[in-house]
Amino acid sequence: MALIDLANPTRFLSATARVLPWLAIATAIAFAVGLYLVWSAPDDYQQGATVKIMFIHVPNAWLAMAVWAVMSIASIGTLVWRHPLADVAAKAAVPLGAAFTFLALLTGSLWGRPMWGTYWVWDARLTSVLVLFLMYLGVLALSRTVDDPSRAGRAAAILTLVGAINLPIIKFSVDWWNTLHQPASVFRASGPAIDPSILTPLLVMALAFMLLFVTLHLAAMRNEILRRRVRTMWLMQAHAAS
Amino acid sequence: MTAFLALLQRDTRLAIRIGGGALMGVLFFLIVVTLVPFAVGPDLAQLRRIGPAILWVGALLASLLTLDRLLAADHEDGSLDLLLMGTTPLELVVLTKAAAHWITSCLPLVIATPLLGLFLNLEPLAIGAVALTLLAGTPALTCIGLIGAALSVALRRGGLLLPLLVLPLTVPVLIFGVAASNAAIAGPTSFGAPFMILCALSLGSLVLGPFAAAAALRHGLE
Amino acid sequence: MLRLSASGLGCVRGSRTIFDDINLELSSGEVLALVGPNGSGKSSLLRLVAGLLRESAGRIELGGGAPDQTIGEQAHYLGHLDALKPSLTVAENLAFWVHYLGGNVASLPAALAGLGLGSLAELPAAYLSAGQRRRLSLARLVAVPRPIWLLDEPTSALDAAGQEQLAGLMRQHLSGGGLILAATHGPLGIEARELKLGGTA
Repeated sequence: MALIDLANPTRFLSATARVLPWLAIATAIAFAVGLYLVWSAPDDYQQGATVKIMFIHVPNAWLAMAVWAVMSIASIGTLVWRHPLADVAAKAAVPLGAAFTFLALLTGSLWGRPMWGTYWVWDARLTSVLVLFLMYLGVLALSRTVDDPSRAGRAAAILTLVGAINLPIIKFSVDWWNTLHQPASVFRASGPAIDPSILTPLLVMALAFMLLFVTLHLAAMRNEILRRRVRTMWLMQAHAAS
Repeated sequence: MTAFLALLQRDTRLAIRIGGGALMGVLFFLIVVTLVPFAVGPDLAQLRRIGPAILWVGALLASLLTLDRLLAADHEDGSLDLLLMGTTPLELVVLTKAAAHWITSCLPLVIATPLLGLFLNLEPLAIGAVALTLLAGTPALTCIGLIGAALSVALRRGGLLLPLLVLPLTVPVLIFGVAASNAAIAGPTSFGAPFMILCALSLGSLVLGPFAAAAALRHGLE
Repeated sequence: MLRLSASGLGCVRGSRTIFDDINLELSSGEVLALVGPNGSGKSSLLRLVAGLLRESAGRIELGGGAPDQTIGEQAHYLGHLDALKPSLTVAENLAFWVHYLGGNVASLPAALAGLGLGSLAELPAAYLSAGQRRRLSLARLVAVPRPIWLLDEPTSALDAAGQEQLAGLMRQHLSGGGLILAATHGPLGIEARELKLGGTA
């Protein structure tokens, strides 16, 4: 079976049904290993154990951007090739991306509380993630507000691509804005320099979250395909009755 | 008269004749600027410091007001169908509508800025800087708003959705617009750098906006 | 000599197949009436030919037309909506479309007069009755010469005199080499072949 056959929704459903349990197990193992490594990693001399929130915050921030990239690729598939699964992939990714972004904001806020004394500061990284979160909510709102699913998919695809073009610009602007208003001594949310004893747990946690995303994404795509089948059946039923 | 000019003339006429036209946007701008001292207090020094920011946020919100009708009105009365059957490319059609929107909604805001700057105790240099940055930055606001208008064209409850789609994308314009204004007034940084970036954002959105909006309209009509 | 033909045309809107495998042929001087129950896709077929919808299958071809223009650019579409701006006058509304669609603005007064709207030229379009609005839309078809007319229920909102006028305009268009594709529930007022849509569920 060639990879292109996966493009057929039915084939996709049967293929993912086989793969999904293994992915779930792999995710669980990755998290187990990662969390163990996090637990055994050295405390930061300045921040104590709270630095370990970074091991959740940073992968989530990475994923927030990566999921938008996945959505963008899927959007190109929707608009240019009208690939049936591209639409499904994009739609399934949006809530996941929004959730990871929210987690990044939440953990970033919790991480900073002991150091800053407040739950929020308008530093460059957190602010860019906040704008990214708003953009996720925009795509969510747009795709839920348009009634027809294929039109909603195309509208969301265009907004995703416009957002993808704008994200570097927004990131650059927010960084620039931050340097304008930055007083001299401020906590840098990027945390301590990356030391090997910290790099390994970070990468394992990043892998774990990535596996989590892939697992959840495939599961969500399956649900969306099934949801659309149900909808088609209802439509056929209504049409036959008239 | 070419199709492009005919469309520009029609849209400008409509904007002026319907619903108070330019005046409503300016009044909204005035109200927003008036609200801020109620919220932050009448301390003139403080108002002068945040003046450019207040003017920019007010102009941003005021320019959003008429955006949702920009394309929806033509969609609802069937004009959009006929506009698609002319020989003018759709990208040029939406750009023309954006130009009409800018002339009738954003340009009056720029003209009203000096008066409102007085309310915020801004000096002439500051007023000039803000007006200039608004002049350079509002095309970007219109073109980005055009994308949101095209995406929400067929929605009946599109009203609140449009700001949600458009505002995050306008963050860079706001940042550089206010930064340029402040740089002209006091700042250590030069006026030129943020102003150039602001102009670049406007020029970029003049390209991205119509293309994305036309694509959204085409995909939405099927 | 124009020839509009479509083969194997299919239309899917939302997830619903509106119609499938429709064929039609139409030449200069001919009228084709689309008939069928509501929801059978008469309006969708017109919009497909106009280029306002994308076909899910099949193709539409125009032989003998301008090679560098799409079918939509050589057609007039008269839909359910009138595309009139209430705050512009009758003359301003028509003048805009004439300029935009590439017609000659000198033909405007004659077009308005021919449809009995000459005296209303300076009236804001908001004050027009439904029949007058329809006639103003028809004036657009007369003022800008385009060979293909795509009419969606053109007789609706017109009284008997208006329908007579419409029939006359259609005959004039046909004798000038134009062709007409019209969706209708009732008689058009002129001789027409029929294409029935919506046979099967």
